[in-house]
Amino acid sequence: MIGLILVRLVQAALILLGVAALTFVLLYALPADPAVLLAGRNATPQIVASIRHQLGLDQPLPIQFWHYLTGLLHGDLGRSFNQKTAVGPLIAARLPATLTLMAAGIAVEVVLGLTLGVIAALKRGGFIDRCVMTASFVGVSTPQFLVALLLLYVFAATLGWFPMSGYGTPAHLVLPALTLGVLGAGWYARIVRSAMIDVLGQDYVRTANAKGLSATRVVLRHALPNALLPVIAMIGIDIGQFMGGTVVVEAVFGWPGIGQLAWQAIQQVDIPIIMGVTLTSALAIVLGNLVADLLAPLIDPRIRAA
Amino acid sequence: MLKTLLRSTALVAAIALAPAIVPALTSPAMAQAQGGDIVVTYKDDIATLDPAIGYDWQNWSIIKSLFSRLMDYTPGTPDLVPSLAESFTVSPDGQTYTFKLRKGVKFSNGRVVVPADVKYSIERAVDPKTQGPGGGFFGAIAGFDDFVAGKATGLSGIETPDADTVVFKLSRPDATFLHVMAINFASVVPKEAVEAAAGDFGKKPVGSGTFVMKDWVIGQKLVFARNPDYFVKGVPHIDSFAVEVGQEPLVALLRLEKGEVDIAGDGIPPAKFLELSKSPEGKQLIVDGQQLNTGYVTLNTKIKPLDNVKVRQALNMAINKERITRIVNGRATPANQPLPPLMPGYDTSYKGYTFDVAKAKAMLREAGFPDGFSTVLYSTNTDPQPRIAQAIQQDLAAIGVKAEIKALAQSNVIAAGGTEGEAPMIWSGGMAWIADFPDPSNFYGPILGCAGAVQGGWNWSWYCNEALQKRSVEADSMSDPAKKAEREEAWKKIFIDVMADAPWIPIFNERRVVAKSKRMGGADNIYIDPTRVINYDAIFVKP
Repeated sequence: MIGLILVRLVQAALILLGVAALTFVLLYALPADPAVLLAGRNATPQIVASIRHQLGLDQPLPIQFWHYLTGLLHGDLGRSFNQKTAVGPLIAARLPATLTLMAAGIAVEVVLGLTLGVIAALKRGGFIDRCVMTASFVGVSTPQFLVALLLLYVFAATLGWFPMSGYGTPAHLVLPALTLGVLGAGWYARIVRSAMIDVLGQDYVRTANAKGLSATRVVLRHALPNALLPVIAMIGIDIGQFMGGTVVVEAVFGWPGIGQLAWQAIQQVDIPIIMGVTLTSALAIVLGNLVADLLAPLIDPRIRAA
Repeated sequence: MLKTLLRSTALVAAIALAPAIVPALTSPAMAQAQGGDIVVTYKDDIATLDPAIGYDWQNWSIIKSLFSRLMDYTPGTPDLVPSLAESFTVSPDGQTYTFKLRKGVKFSNGRVVVPADVKYSIERAVDPKTQGPGGGFFGAIAGFDDFVAGKATGLSGIETPDADTVVFKLSRPDATFLHVMAINFASVVPKEAVEAAAGDFGKKPVGSGTFVMKDWVIGQKLVFARNPDYFVKGVPHIDSFAVEVGQEPLVALLRLEKGEVDIAGDGIPPAKFLELSKSPEGKQLIVDGQQLNTGYVTLNTKIKPLDNVKVRQALNMAINKERITRIVNGRATPANQPLPPLMPGYDTSYKGYTFDVAKAKAMLREAGFPDGFSTVLYSTNTDPQPRIAQAIQQDLAAIGVKAEIKALAQSNVIAAGGTEGEAPMIWSGGMAWIADFPDPSNFYGPILGCAGAVQGGWNWSWYCNEALQKRSVEADSMSDPAKKAEREEAWKKIFIDVMADAPWIPIFNERRVVAKSKRMGGADNIYIDPTRVINYDAIFVKP
């Protein structure tokens, strides 16, 4: 177990280094000069050159990258070109919002997806199954902004049950979490359904049924835990995805997460912020997968043995 | 031995009458209600409130109200008035400006504003270490080059002889200098607060303006409260304004209709605009105003065949500008010259190149391109800019010019424009020139003058007409306010002569549209103020 964690942590560090290098090269390859943007339309060439020098943009790429890495090792993510303030606190200020939305979105996904998936598996081939499968198909293929705006229009603008936009109270969280959760639940429903169908055909389930256990007990105690493995892996992936990929939902609901920060930074070629957000998301993906890997043996002892 | 004298023009008359003007500015306040807390929304976060750095239209209006400057404008107009200065004089050669500070003005940290603060603030804006976009505006102050090059520790041209006087010595006459003293970059800041903020002054602003920042929750909202010590009594009118960020324009409008929001700062999305403008209820929410802006296509005079003036003139005749204004729902007026109609020096009698496909084709044939040619048109990639670029592309195709569209992120278009020989044509939409101050010279230097036609510059036509450049310097030397009309006439002719060379296709002057709730009072021109966008000092809540 400890060995696995150590190997994974080393892998994680290497992946982060790779992500940092790749992002850095890509940003450098952009034909945009941050110094020109910062110096403004009225600047003299002398001012532009001075700013370029201060930002270190006149140095060779490997040297710039080295400076960035040494800063990173000291916990310094650099200073934003545009906001002229440290990147670390900017990201930190937005992390709680992102983490809250991520947790709530995943909770909705899992609860909804598990329930529907199990029901569909039990009623396999029937009307309910087909309804669930169609709904999940619609779910996974509907764009987020559409659902977000629909929910907003119906439940906030028309019915007035929830605030339209903002952050701070549980009521603010409902619609954004539903948007993420309802759409993501489709994936979970499909995965759980096929895993359940697989498990329900196993001998031990037949045995459990044969020894007269109630159907609920068979499903919840014997079948479901064995169908959960892919769900855990899926949650690991979602943690990473929601950390960096909820830009649309954040925009519609005015949710102050790091997606918003990233989007604005990209528009302004604010390289330190883009780097910081990319690394944060990469870290989340790596950690999410690590957590999934560590949870798997707790759920399925066979993996522990291997 | 400069003999300073008080000028006897309208401008200076206004200054001489300053005590009379100030009540005139505030007297409508009697009729305006005092008080009220309002909510303003923006999609993008406020990047910074540091006046030496902030340069986008969200923070521009807020910075205007947090800080004060030697000069300012009468709300809703392009008319200069002294603000932090009580009065000023200009030397006969136009190279020395002497300002007397208003007495007893205090920063919100309680300290009295002194002349050294003015000197410090402007040096800070110019200092390349600040990495701000405003330094170039102060190029006429003596000692600018040495300071920027690091050969001096300050601007030798700013002197503070006594407790209430600031003297500016210029290295050349600059008729726009009073405007320069009114732009945000000339805002006066207290040195001790800048230093205490340790590089974070943009998040911890301290000034002597109409409002004081009370709270900033990153990514969510900023709250500003009235400065009770502001030096003009009765200003501002509202007690506070909260800026909520991260608000999608469509959502902001829904909230505005419900009464949760008072000003939707980002304007009205096209679909919603049609809906609102059709209902009598909705119409009351729309503020529609002209701004000092021109959208244009640059024709790169260094790239063949656009180096041929006949080709550039032909392209000017090929564009159906009326049709393009329909793409933005008619929220623009076709343009025929670089200056926008509100700008002094705009030539109302000039007709420009009228839309005439047959004549454009004939002109192209005459230039030696009977079958047209292929070229590339750059545009930013956010709606509606690519659609406008397509309309231009279609118009060009009608005269045989095949333009390939390159729709890129704004920063990449700016980089292409500033690289010699890179971008044949650029549609300026999304980055269109909006004047920094209401003076015609602001539309020449960086974008049509020789100084801007350099690597990393903003003269994307790479147009440099030495004769016009000389005339522009002459026009900007007429700093005697008595020569104001003569100077405007000189600028008017310069821009019409620019059009003879046709380095641009002026497309339209876009109006700005914002939405305000029914309880908000005040004329449209203080919500779309030519020098401020939203004028927080002048708006009020109806009783």
